[in-house]
Amino acid sequence: MFGDYSIGDLGSIFVMQGFAGLILFSVYVLMALGLAIIFGQMGVINMAHGEFMILGAYVTWMTSNLFQAYLPSLFSGYFFLAMILAFLASGALGMLVEWVLIRHLYKRPLDTLLATWGLSLMLQQAYRSVFGAREVGVELPQWMLGSLRVTDSIEVPINGVFVMCLTVLITIAVAYVLYMSRWGRQVRAVVQNRVMAGAVGINTEKVDRYTFGLGCGIAGVAGSAFTMIGSTGPTSGQLYIVDTFLVVVFGGAASLLGTIASAFSISQTQSTLEFFMSGSMAKVLTLLAVVGILMLRPQGLFALKVRK
Amino acid sequence: MSDEANKGLLSPLRRKLLMGMAAVPAITMLPRASFAQAPATSAVNTTGLAVTDTEVTVGILHSATGTMAISETGSIQAEKLAIEQINAAGGVLGRKIKFIQEDGASDWPTFAEKAKKLLVNDKVAAIMGCWTSASRKAVLPVVEQYNGMLYYPTFYEGLEQSKNVIYTGQEATQQILAGLNWIAKEKGAKSFFFIGSDYIWPRTSNKIARKHVENVLKGKVVGEEYYALGSTQFNSVINKIKLTKPDVIFTDVVGGSNVAFYKQLKAAGVDLAKQPLLTISVTEDEIDGIGGENIAGAYACMKYFQSLDNANNKAFASAFKKMWGEKTVIGDVTQAAYLGPWLWKLTVEKAGSFDVDKIAAASPGVEFKGAPEGYVRIHENHHLWSKTRVGRAKLDGQFELIYETADLVEPDPFPKGYQ
Repeated sequence: MFGDYSIGDLGSIFVMQGFAGLILFSVYVLMALGLAIIFGQMGVINMAHGEFMILGAYVTWMTSNLFQAYLPSLFSGYFFLAMILAFLASGALGMLVEWVLIRHLYKRPLDTLLATWGLSLMLQQAYRSVFGAREVGVELPQWMLGSLRVTDSIEVPINGVFVMCLTVLITIAVAYVLYMSRWGRQVRAVVQNRVMAGAVGINTEKVDRYTFGLGCGIAGVAGSAFTMIGSTGPTSGQLYIVDTFLVVVFGGAASLLGTIASAFSISQTQSTLEFFMSGSMAKVLTLLAVVGILMLRPQGLFALKVRK
Repeated sequence: MSDEANKGLLSPLRRKLLMGMAAVPAITMLPRASFAQAPATSAVNTTGLAVTDTEVTVGILHSATGTMAISETGSIQAEKLAIEQINAAGGVLGRKIKFIQEDGASDWPTFAEKAKKLLVNDKVAAIMGCWTSASRKAVLPVVEQYNGMLYYPTFYEGLEQSKNVIYTGQEATQQILAGLNWIAKEKGAKSFFFIGSDYIWPRTSNKIARKHVENVLKGKVVGEEYYALGSTQFNSVINKIKLTKPDVIFTDVVGGSNVAFYKQLKAAGVDLAKQPLLTISVTEDEIDGIGGENIAGAYACMKYFQSLDNANNKAFASAFKKMWGEKTVIGDVTQAAYLGPWLWKLTVEKAGSFDVDKIAAASPGVEFKGAPEGYVRIHENHHLWSKTRVGRAKLDGQFELIYETADLVEPDPFPKGYQ
């Protein structure tokens, strides 16, 4: 297939394709971080993860409408505020859900799967009733559209760069919070031995609530960022949920590093294969590889040793 | 309920029937005013449908919930508008249309179940419904078994024909061929890159398009790619498009993927003003989600655009907006859904009966001069004769009409040489 193209052409395509892989990688990490925290640290299988993302997307949409109506001069910067609001909204909803629903189910992890799936259906219908069944278009400020021209033939999409920077920032923040802060130590203590953590005076209920809220909040930020590359509708969250679970499970449920490694290997495999064959074939091969590796290593790429 | 009315009335019924039949030719000749004296129910309904002296019941069967609600909402709205307008103009054979709405919930077995409920329990005279081919395929055996009448609004892949279905959208050749011809002539296009969602409609459409490009236009297909429904990452295929530099990108990506595709195309620096793109899957409805700024300049091949400049369409668009809100947009399928109740009404009046067999037989040749897309007529094969049009997407989310076929295009659900 390369016979007809010059070396220069091919070179720039490979650079751009490498970049496409990196963008896919950041998208996967951003999608999976929130779920990895909730699933990994709490053992809760949150099927409503996609809906928390879409809440973030709708918050972004409302913020953009508000800015257009009342503060058109500041429109170019609305996205940063929108992401903070998305974090707060999804995080708050997450804490509410934890308090009403999840905390009663910690001893029955499989039931959380059913309960959060039901929650996802309810949220979808709620979005449909509030925002309408049709998709909404989120208008972006001008500087976020288009691409950076690196050389004559190499162009890098700006929104891709934005997502990459955002992913790096959020990953660093999450790593800091989990591994450096006092609160992070408490979270990890609760994961390793809930009874013992309670016995030494950690308020495990509070830790659970904030952990769940943090996971959902990050989902909200991810949803907000994805308005740049995807659709915003009542059921758009469903588009992300499969890939998200794939990344988290493949990486090993309780490990941040595992999530990143898994996102990297899946995204690179997929984007390389996509270039040489059709999109759906690439997906099939990627999934086959993941299934094969999981059969050999059911605990995922990286797994914490936890006392059972 | 009509069973009870028929019991023990056999001989008067027969007399009424004869009278009714004698009256039929006269009725069809008289102008609208005569509908005030409606023909007797026993004469126009011999199969026990839900028809009374003052009312006739039809079913609306779409997804009001689930993933397809995004698309099907417009169809529901159009059908309700058409029914309201028909009632305001005196109804059908002097009877008001009452509708029962059922929710297919984006789930194909549910569609089949609800269709059965509408036909068996509610005895509806016709069903306006279905959207995806999958839902139609689920409903088809039901309407054939219980002898119902389905008016199906979506443009689809063809390869189907049924006595019990009227297809008010375009089949694949009506939608694709004229558009390809136009872009090949206008832009001198020789090389095409196909990209679609991975299911039956895009695959069949691209198969037809490929045959047409290779055999008729003597061009070349430089790439044909499919992405799973719901895919949100198109950067790789966009790079391939950049590498192969096709004259035309031809797309039938659907649903949420559509939004992702155009946003990423724009972000990758592909300027649709310079790179011709022809889509058969984006209507005004989809642009709402994609955003006009992301798709401006793309060409869409449809039979209807909201911006069509004719008196029928202006009246339709303003009535639609009055009923459903100023910001609501009208896409190709929404308009086709609006045709359903009207074509049914015209066919009932032509047949002088609500009986499904008579309607199926009377359908070919029925013409609707008030169609927003212009004039349409039902073909022998139960599809519509209609024009093919090409529009260019504008920043405000509307299309500007660029080209339309001079004549109506004949529907050809089983195209020879394209399979």
